[in-house]
Amino acid sequence: MNRSFAESTARARVAHLLDADSFQEILGPAERVVSPHLALLGVPSSFDDGVVIGSGTLAGQAVLIAAQEGEFMGGGVGEVHGAKLVGLFKRALRLQPAAVIVLAESGGVRLHEANAGLIAVSEVMRALLDARAHGIPVIMLIGGDNGCFGGMGLIARCADHVVMSDIGRLAMSGPEVIESSNGVEEFDSRDRALVWRTTGGKHRFLIGDCDVLVEDDVAAFRSAAIGLLGQSIPLNLATMEAEHALLSDRLTQYGDCRDALDIWRRAGVPDPALVADLEASEMQALKTRKPKELA
Amino acid sequence: MNWEPLLLALFGAAHRVTRDGDLLSGTAEVKGRTVMVVGTTNHAAIGVELALAQARVVLDTAREHPGRPIVLLVDTQGQRLRHRDELLGINRYMAHLGCCIELARRQQHRVIGLVYDQALSGGFITSGLIADACYALPEAEIRVMRLPAMARVTKIDEARLTELSKSNPVFAPGVENFVAMGGIRALWTGDLQAQLIAALDESPTPDQRAADGAARGGRQLAAQVTARVISA
Repeated sequence: MNRSFAESTARARVAHLLDADSFQEILGPAERVVSPHLALLGVPSSFDDGVVIGSGTLAGQAVLIAAQEGEFMGGGVGEVHGAKLVGLFKRALRLQPAAVIVLAESGGVRLHEANAGLIAVSEVMRALLDARAHGIPVIMLIGGDNGCFGGMGLIARCADHVVMSDIGRLAMSGPEVIESSNGVEEFDSRDRALVWRTTGGKHRFLIGDCDVLVEDDVAAFRSAAIGLLGQSIPLNLATMEAEHALLSDRLTQYGDCRDALDIWRRAGVPDPALVADLEASEMQALKTRKPKELA
Repeated sequence: MNWEPLLLALFGAAHRVTRDGDLLSGTAEVKGRTVMVVGTTNHAAIGVELALAQARVVLDTAREHPGRPIVLLVDTQGQRLRHRDELLGINRYMAHLGCCIELARRQQHRVIGLVYDQALSGGFITSGLIADACYALPEAEIRVMRLPAMARVTKIDEARLTELSKSNPVFAPGVENFVAMGGIRALWTGDLQAQLIAALDESPTPDQRAADGAARGGRQLAAQVTARVISA
């Protein structure tokens, strides 16, 4: 039976992503490690500060896992939330798991503790890259209703692999922020189709920012994650130069495009208007058909 | 401070740093050592091109001048807020810059950040905040969001935020708040060159910011929570 990833809580996602009954939470709600700042502002806090972390097995292999709870402050990163993620990546250095898996759902820095959140995002980034440099693969799974934005959008693209569902969104600034800064003509945040094709999973998959596109189903995310276990992309001059070349080429090829439809058309997608209706598996075929990555 | 007097204060005439649009780059000499300077000016909005241009300088330095220290000069209004940048995946371009800086550190380049004018949100994360250590001038401005905007978003009265910000460094703009939280290692006053030399000699390579934040009382929990997760 299909279990929607988007409609599940962070804990349910973790429980059903990992092997049955294998999850062991670290600093769970019983420990009551809460934000010291929210209470001061008169804002309700959460006993896990909006992120579930722990260990478990995936297809029998030991992994560390984190899942952000979008229902709590949009998954925003505060001091404690960020420190739990940093701790998880540092723990990985000690335990050498087959992967660190992050179920990212976040608007980025939690504004109520903005300064701590901003610093924490950079600390997570450094800890994540440290784990990667030690050969531990980091896998991002993005499929929550709140998307993956701001600082978490940066962190996601520091990982080895990104898996998204077509309703998942990955970007830097939210459409509302862009609209309020530069007007509705720049980015109409109420135009759902525009928002989706600019930040959504299918666009990210077609331009190569997402490695695997899956249906909104926890089991599909699980299969994708299993397929990526043990696959580490080294952090060296050669891989960074390759990334640089890819991003330079993307600017050259698509820098003048004004809409995702233009990019898809130029990339050789036969009928861009039909992309919205395709299943994830059909998207895979669309891309497999092409010998060269679009970007 | 303007970038030109800043470079004079840091290196005297011994620099070949030039401006190309909002990008600053070039080598400089300090105490007999050559360093690579890269950064932005004019409160630059960091778009895909500017992130990529900075990454290019860092990668060239790592490839052609192993071990040469890198000084990141920060003056940014944050990431560019345009539909086109999002379409092209600006988060990946910015993350790439951060990863290049991380690579340089791993290849024994000392990386020092200096906020000399303003540093806002996303534009700061993958530059100064990913250095070995980041410093700031006292007159610099660091913030995620101004209090009136924050009041709107969080629906907390602005007067109350202003009052709370006097005793809690966690949300209000200001370089001192970032020092208290460990994100800025120190403020530079007086002889900037002497402080750059000291920073190049003394900045820690492991990330000590959570520990600094705890010692300074600005972030009481981060280091402790991280330690508990590691040892659990």
